[in-house]
Amino acid sequence: MKKSIFLGTVAAATLTAGMGMADTLADVKARGELNCGVNTGLVGFAAPDANGNWTGFDVDVCKAVAAAVLGDPAKVKYVPTTGQTRFTALASGEVDVLARNSTWTFSRDTDLKLDFAGVNYYDGQGFMVSKDLGVTSAKELDGATVCIQTGTTTELNLADYFKANNMTYTPVNIDSNAEGEQQYMAGACDAYTTDASGLAATRAAFADPENHIILPEIISKEPLGPAVRHGDSNWGDIVRWTLYALIAAEEYGITSKNIEELAKSSQNPEVQRLLGTTDDLGAMIGLDKEWARRAIAASGNYGEIFAANIGEQTPIGLARGLNAQWTQGGLMYAMPFR
Amino acid sequence: MSELHAETVPFVRETMLPPAPPPTQEAGAVRWLRTNLFSGPVNSALTILGLLIVWFLVNHFWNWFAHSVWNAGSLSECRQIIIDRWGEGSTGACWAVVRERWMQFTFGFYPSGLYWRPTMAFGLLFVALAPVLFSESRKIRRIVLLTAAVLTLSAMAVLGAPTHWFIFAAVIFIGATVIAEQNPGRLLIFSLLFPFLGVWWLWGGSLWGPIMALVGPVLGWVAYRLLGRFSPILAGIGMILVPLLWWIFLAGDAARDAENLASLAIPAVASDRFGGFLLSITIGLSGIALSLPLGIVLALARRSDMFLVKTLAVMFIEFIRGVPLIALLFVASLLLNYFMPPGTNFDIILRVIIMVTVFAAAYMAEVIRGGLAALPKGQYEAADALGLDYWKAQRLIILPQALKISIPGIVSTFIGMFKDTTLVTFVGLYDPLKSMSDAVRASTDWKGIYWEPYIFVGLIFFIICFGMSRYSMYLERRLQREHR
Repeated sequence: MKKSIFLGTVAAATLTAGMGMADTLADVKARGELNCGVNTGLVGFAAPDANGNWTGFDVDVCKAVAAAVLGDPAKVKYVPTTGQTRFTALASGEVDVLARNSTWTFSRDTDLKLDFAGVNYYDGQGFMVSKDLGVTSAKELDGATVCIQTGTTTELNLADYFKANNMTYTPVNIDSNAEGEQQYMAGACDAYTTDASGLAATRAAFADPENHIILPEIISKEPLGPAVRHGDSNWGDIVRWTLYALIAAEEYGITSKNIEELAKSSQNPEVQRLLGTTDDLGAMIGLDKEWARRAIAASGNYGEIFAANIGEQTPIGLARGLNAQWTQGGLMYAMPFR
Repeated sequence: MSELHAETVPFVRETMLPPAPPPTQEAGAVRWLRTNLFSGPVNSALTILGLLIVWFLVNHFWNWFAHSVWNAGSLSECRQIIIDRWGEGSTGACWAVVRERWMQFTFGFYPSGLYWRPTMAFGLLFVALAPVLFSESRKIRRIVLLTAAVLTLSAMAVLGAPTHWFIFAAVIFIGATVIAEQNPGRLLIFSLLFPFLGVWWLWGGSLWGPIMALVGPVLGWVAYRLLGRFSPILAGIGMILVPLLWWIFLAGDAARDAENLASLAIPAVASDRFGGFLLSITIGLSGIALSLPLGIVLALARRSDMFLVKTLAVMFIEFIRGVPLIALLFVASLLLNYFMPPGTNFDIILRVIIMVTVFAAAYMAEVIRGGLAALPKGQYEAADALGLDYWKAQRLIILPQALKISIPGIVSTFIGMFKDTTLVTFVGLYDPLKSMSDAVRASTDWKGIYWEPYIFVGLIFFIICFGMSRYSMYLERRLQREHR
């Protein structure tokens, strides 16, 4: 009840804020800088290095949008947001786009007045247990103590899953990923549950990763993607199609290395349209002809971004899985550029 | 005679006995142990329990500390070094993370070429504080100023400060030391200017901004003198209103025009580049410096006879004390955005400083009210009997005594507030304890490191807070008047 009143207030305020400033594209261009909401620190997705330069899978989405809109991937102001502040930061106009591993859900899309521009990572919740426990399936976790981050969708998913399977568990509430790892390592809980990408990164950082296994069950759908405010569809289109441009680029084999060459010589009409060699798609969303070419050149296509930040060559070592191209049996499917 | 004497006094000692050492049980370490640690069965049991706990802790953590690694590029490298040196399965602390990232823990994301600027501001802070904190002891003042000078100048040299700024800082230090020897009161001018200069050094931009901000109080003073001829109430209103009007409507344009005429700009650094201890100390110091005067005013207002003033003060204090600091921070970072016109850029650090100040001031007011209440009624009556008006009585008789009584409470509030600055992590600012540690952990190199950043940051916090606490004890001793 209380929550819905609060959300209602936020929504009402958003609506007025949205009416007041509906032209995000003009604002961003006037400012000369894209305000991009990112995680305060999540391995592989967004993290500042020793000099304060941001890198990561979500950060590259920010860079691509900045490159498409402003012509320079460096013209991004990264606004670190916490789990509590992220949606209000977007609704109040503090950030133009929120690329912060946020799950696309019904209530966020509707009640919170967000528009998810797409999905850049299909995640799902999993379990990690010590090998000594002798468990090979999440179905055998009846009666286990589970380390769980409070105030997240994972907490609700966990309750749903155990209820659906008629099992019991004892939650050990933790506040952050780092604390969760510590509790799990100290033996405070039998199993640690969070998004599978997070589990992989956590396991990779252990001193003895071989002694821990990630159980095969994925108990929830966590489609993570960049989000914008309701009320400015043109800006939403720009973010959405920038993301699609990255995904399509991988499908058509456009990489940051061969992009200039392909822009000149490719005979594939779809590639020509995408890179602005023939048609002028950019004009339809208020950008110039070469917007997609710059977006792809910023950090490479979707596959390159994946490989550089979280792929199998990195310490995190995530396989493409669901995030492979639709031609490779995954879910990454860019709408046609036409 | 002599025989008789010899019979009654068979032996007369002519030399003193050499003093014998006290019995072993009553001397030295044994006595100390007996009186302090084993004076009775309960005390003995507690001592043994304490020793067991110490032994348990040392036994538990000694290896971890002994196996510390200071030179490594990542956590896995650290682990490899520990295994190579002390064998399979051994664990150890990986301080290499502090070594690699300590500039980030200190300055956040401040541009690394400009690290000397906060360093200089921090060093010159002691020049500003010396006449306030160490007004009575020339010796301590000398030590503080010289230590600050040597440390700051060498740090500036290491961090590559431009030569003219280096000379500037050196001149200020030398000048301050010389002036402090002769007339420390004069240094107060620098203390008054320091907030404006400090803001300029930290955030950069044009010097005209701080100068035009400084013009406000000057205008207020002029208004006070001019209007004072007509009526004291008018003078009071003018003193407050004129600077406000100046700041709101004119100062910005004036600074811009002046900058266009004669540029006094240094590279600007945005608030989102602040982090780590730079952020904590900036917020903490501003809060401390602002909350004390505000707290005094609130405490006096709460004890005022004027109904409206008193009611407003009570409402303010009780409201602020009834609300958690986190709630105020959320209001500062989130809710304010909704109320302000779109596109307004109200600096997030400034917002947080305001909230932290208001929060600390409410507690400060209650601490000082305690001091005021502890003062015997006779002091108030004596002030009245001398014919002093309200402000003179407060300034000369009441507040000096009340503040002295309140020192432990005031410093406790300061320490609590300084530690509370870590709560800014919840509004997305990079405090050293949580946000910065998490940011470091979010890099693939240092993922999985847990205790080391916490211990390092905790240690620095301890040093600062312990320093504050020792200073408060020094101040109490110095101000002791009763038992002379």
